[in-house]
Amino acid sequence: MEKIKLTINGIETEVEQGSTILEAAKSVGVYIPTLCHLNLDGFEICNEVSSCRVCMVEVEGRPALVTACSEKCAPGMVVRTDSARALNGRRTVLELLLSNHPKDCLVCAKNLDCELQFLAKELNINQIHYEGEMMDYPVDTTSRSLIKDPNKCIMCRRCETMCNEVQTVGVLSALNRGFNAVVSPAFNLDMADTSCTFCGQCVAVCPTGALTEKNEVQKVWRQLNTPGKHVIVQVAPAVRVAIGELFGMEPGSISTGKLVAALRRLGFDAVFDTDWAADLTIMEEASELIHRIQHNGVLPLLTSCCPAWVNFIEHQFPDMLDIPSTSKSPQIMFGAMAKSYYASKMGLNVNDICVVSIMPCIAKKAEAARPELSIGDNSNVDIVISTRELGKMLHEAGVDFKRLADEDFDQLMGESTGASVIFGTTGGVIEAAVRTAYEWVTGETLEDVEFTQLRGLEGIRTASVQMGNITLNIGIAHGLGHARELLEGVRSGKYDLHAIEIMACPGGCIGGGGQPYHHGDVEILRKRQEALYQEDRNKHLRMSHQNPMIQKLYEEYLGEPYGELAHDLLHTTYTAKERI
Amino acid sequence: MQKTKFNMEILDSCKLRELDAFIEAEDNPQGRIINILHEAQKLFSYLPQELQLYIARKINMPAAKINGIVSFYSFFSQEPSGKYTISVCMGTACFVKGADAVLQAFRRELQLEEDQKTSADGLFSLRDVRCIGACGLAPVVTINDRIFGHVKEADVKGIIEEYRELAKQEVAEVAQ
Repeated sequence: MEKIKLTINGIETEVEQGSTILEAAKSVGVYIPTLCHLNLDGFEICNEVSSCRVCMVEVEGRPALVTACSEKCAPGMVVRTDSARALNGRRTVLELLLSNHPKDCLVCAKNLDCELQFLAKELNINQIHYEGEMMDYPVDTTSRSLIKDPNKCIMCRRCETMCNEVQTVGVLSALNRGFNAVVSPAFNLDMADTSCTFCGQCVAVCPTGALTEKNEVQKVWRQLNTPGKHVIVQVAPAVRVAIGELFGMEPGSISTGKLVAALRRLGFDAVFDTDWAADLTIMEEASELIHRIQHNGVLPLLTSCCPAWVNFIEHQFPDMLDIPSTSKSPQIMFGAMAKSYYASKMGLNVNDICVVSIMPCIAKKAEAARPELSIGDNSNVDIVISTRELGKMLHEAGVDFKRLADEDFDQLMGESTGASVIFGTTGGVIEAAVRTAYEWVTGETLEDVEFTQLRGLEGIRTASVQMGNITLNIGIAHGLGHARELLEGVRSGKYDLHAIEIMACPGGCIGGGGQPYHHGDVEILRKRQEALYQEDRNKHLRMSHQNPMIQKLYEEYLGEPYGELAHDLLHTTYTAKERI
Repeated sequence: MQKTKFNMEILDSCKLRELDAFIEAEDNPQGRIINILHEAQKLFSYLPQELQLYIARKINMPAAKINGIVSFYSFFSQEPSGKYTISVCMGTACFVKGADAVLQAFRRELQLEEDQKTSADGLFSLRDVRCIGACGLAPVVTINDRIFGHVKEADVKGIIEEYRELAKQEVAEVAQ
């Protein structure tokens, strides 16, 4: 590729043709602030709309300032990012944005986690010189998962890029024009009345408090302080490799033991592991897969752990609802077992049990509210909070997370294998299923449990696994746009697959909409993924069917995997839904 | 199938067939969405939400995107138009000569709420337009194809009454 020479702040440099000023500046250690710009390198996610104008710089010979994020370098270009004109221009732009932004930062959900707030500090804003009309929109609290406050929107369009280009859900778009422009569903519909999957990727990338999760921390506190309530908690795999970030720990720190200790400090009556239920999910899903293969059932079988993905297929592929596994997700299986098996073991009244989930995901909130995921009118799971919300709760309670000594999960629903840990990354669920299916189908001992051909971060991956005389063709997609492409390929016959794993979020649950904000740093996602694989290697048992507490559950309570009682408690149905 | 709240039955099936034919003649309907919306507005006189949703499904494009386009361009209307369209010029010359007061007078006379463009009786639609190139007549108002120059606030009541009378006569003629 041809190289171009240019000068940035007096530093001569050479960059590849087609590089932007922003990229060139970064390569010589010159920082240019950005706001709307978002490039998740390696995940095919890029928002390049140049709408915020915060990255304006001066180019010699050009009459106006240019936006560094979009302006391509040219030979001999002389760029100043720190001239008085550039600094004043950027400050003016930011002041104008702030002039139409609420100043209630102290009580905002994004306080100290807001990119607009960071910028106000970075650009040394100490006064806003502009006054004028402010936006005045109702706040949308209609969904179970997220809150949309258009008054805090700066029209960066990151959410729109996520919803349309990356996830291909197409719920959010800019409506109207000029001062009246607002990002909204069609016809200003309530979020609850749309085809939103609640994947939360709009929340994950929103730089301000315009899109946030629905905070249910107070509900948890209330339950913990209700006499007679037996409040138990489960923690999803991806939480343990991310929560440390909220307490100043390095991304990718494995803090399972601290997490258990922290939850005990909050006063939960028992601290359990969603990983235990993930092992249970594998027992059911692997049985279902083998059953479908041996009985000429519908193939491919699609994993059904990801609730955003389930919402997506119900709205976008209502004609294909016979292919997802009927297995409930691990979070819901946990709840169903807590309110049947655990209740009977402990001699508890089901109505006195409250199941709280800590999830990397905000779609899990909407999932828990699905009416069919209940026994009678008692929901399998009562309250779901995200990794971020748990962080807030721990801060509030003054728990010094970093200095906690490791503790172990409570028994009965706390034991897990390495297979369940990797549920938190793309490719993990199907690898866990393959480990178990391999031993069941061949009757042989699996020596090397790591199926590296299923790993990676490419959006769509396919691989074959030989199991005795069966060759299992496997497909994996993460990100709903990739899921769409894979499903269309299945429908058209391009792909001939036995089993497919789909996760809605980039990287799987490690990149979930309820995780600590990555603020565009994709290295954080890679480190979380590596930490999950490390946690798997740390485990003595690495195949779900080896989990002694799962074996005990089937022996003492459920009977056979994929049997009658398992069907009643651990399987579900899907509903075709009109798209909007 | 779990349905949305939109009742697609309200759309005239003959007109939909015409619209379908127009869309099906396009090689790349998504790229020609503006033209499709123009055609739809020509057929239905405005673009109700159900029609936007119909087009979205027909050409496999998010309804939010289509609604974004419809709400961006002032040429597209999401409300039915009245029999008489009153356009008040808000270009610089007209504005300086008091067009805003004239516009407000029309709003009051037609009892239009904020954001409401068409009067409750369906007779009048009110819109503001940019310069129509008749600055010598400022402030200028057009009603359908007729031009009113040097309009004052006090003239508004009379103008509206004239058109109400006209509408009554037309109804009477049709009845005969």
